[in-house]
Amino acid sequence: MSLKRKDLLSLASLSVDEIMLVLETADSFKEVTGREIKKVPALRGKTVVNLFFEPSTRTRTSFELAAKRLSADVINFSPSSSSVVKGETLLDTARNIEAMQADIIVLRHSSAGAAETLAHGVKSSVINAGDGWHEHPTQALLDLYTIRQRGMNFNGLRVAIVGDVSHSRVARSNIYALIKLGAEVRLVGPPTMMPSRVEKLGAKVYYNMDEGLRGVHVIMMLRLQLERQGRAQFPTIREYSRLYGLTAERVHLADAGAIVMHPGPINRGVEIAPDVADSLSSVILDQVANGVAVRMGILYLMSGANS
Amino acid sequence: MTTPTDKPTERKDEKLIMDAGDISRAMMRIAHEILERNKGGKDLALVGIRTGGVHLAHRLVKRIQSIEGVQVPIGELDITLYRDDLALRKNQPILRKTSVPFDMTNKVVVLVDDVLFTGRTIRAAMDGLMDLGRPEEIQLAVLVDRGHRQLPIKANYIGKNLPTSREEQVQVLLDEDGEDDRVVILKS
Repeated sequence: MSLKRKDLLSLASLSVDEIMLVLETADSFKEVTGREIKKVPALRGKTVVNLFFEPSTRTRTSFELAAKRLSADVINFSPSSSSVVKGETLLDTARNIEAMQADIIVLRHSSAGAAETLAHGVKSSVINAGDGWHEHPTQALLDLYTIRQRGMNFNGLRVAIVGDVSHSRVARSNIYALIKLGAEVRLVGPPTMMPSRVEKLGAKVYYNMDEGLRGVHVIMMLRLQLERQGRAQFPTIREYSRLYGLTAERVHLADAGAIVMHPGPINRGVEIAPDVADSLSSVILDQVANGVAVRMGILYLMSGANS
Repeated sequence: MTTPTDKPTERKDEKLIMDAGDISRAMMRIAHEILERNKGGKDLALVGIRTGGVHLAHRLVKRIQSIEGVQVPIGELDITLYRDDLALRKNQPILRKTSVPFDMTNKVVVLVDDVLFTGRTIRAAMDGLMDLGRPEEIQLAVLVDRGHRQLPIKANYIGKNLPTSREEQVQVLLDEDGEDDRVVILKS
């Protein structure tokens, strides 16, 4: 079994076997990241370009570290410092990067489908590092890895995803993957933050947080996008926090061994109480640490020669 | 040398080179040679190369234990990330786990593999080991040396020298209890 695809664009398009292959491969890299010398020569001579049209520190740094630990050369490209401000199109920018013999392009873009468009236009492998409200496959893969690391089995696992589901690419990638893997996915949030016809994906919707959390094994909090306030999604931050903020009392509604996840950056005291973020059930920093190993695994699997 | 043709375990599509008894005796001899060369089991460690070398390393550790009464530390090494053909392959090989749960400093590390052929695996294994620590010395033990080296690499301990043609496929088949172990050349 190997990942026989040029690009990693979404989890909707990945099979269960492919997802498990990524997780298994990441496990081998987890050992590498625990060594004193955290570098292996697997991608020597390859060039990885981080093409980020949206600001991101954690995902970009994670990819950069992953590529460097595989001995690849890394170039960071961001719009403020490039010709995008001069009106160049995405495809033209990418073709220029490709002309510099990039083997893998990691793309973050504000438009859904940007990664797919790019993948059709260039010979390099494209990894989607978040495209609009569509998907963020590598984040979901590291979430899955972190769940599995805690000894949890996906089949029959109850997962609550809480917050602004409709604008969350992280949520979307996780929904696709978790349902494929046999988990029960509950979406918790106000009606204004639920995508329409989301039940079609096989997820259950809860507008009451306490009900949604009852008996779950994993609580996945989403960041409240404060910049969206005033778009009639929620009246005030205080009200949102009271209805959908994760407190220690609410964690007790979940299964006794439940874990709390968050893709970061967290708004302390808004969607998650500080004592919960720092509690033993929180795996937020594990997610960040695992992100590097998972991205090493993905880069490795995508690094086969493109013909 | 035994005449393999009349062995009952021989299969139609393979030529038997070593049977379970041959392998067991060769492993016993190698265990003695390792202990002799290193003047006992102190500061000794064994690292099996995945996947074939790992089983053999475990067996050698048992033999050494029974001869000398010392428990030698053992590790497992996956060399995939150190292969020299990664950039040429279309699909990347599946990664296995590496686990060397001891400090190699001041230790003589015996790398163990089933078949020594071009030497490229051993080159990768040595680079992999060096990234994990600084052994005092690296030695190499193999069950079969089939020749055709492409790198200047030589084994310290050899179960059997087996002249082959480059096209032939040598397989070491080991099972859990060791009863059906055999080394064969696959007939094409």
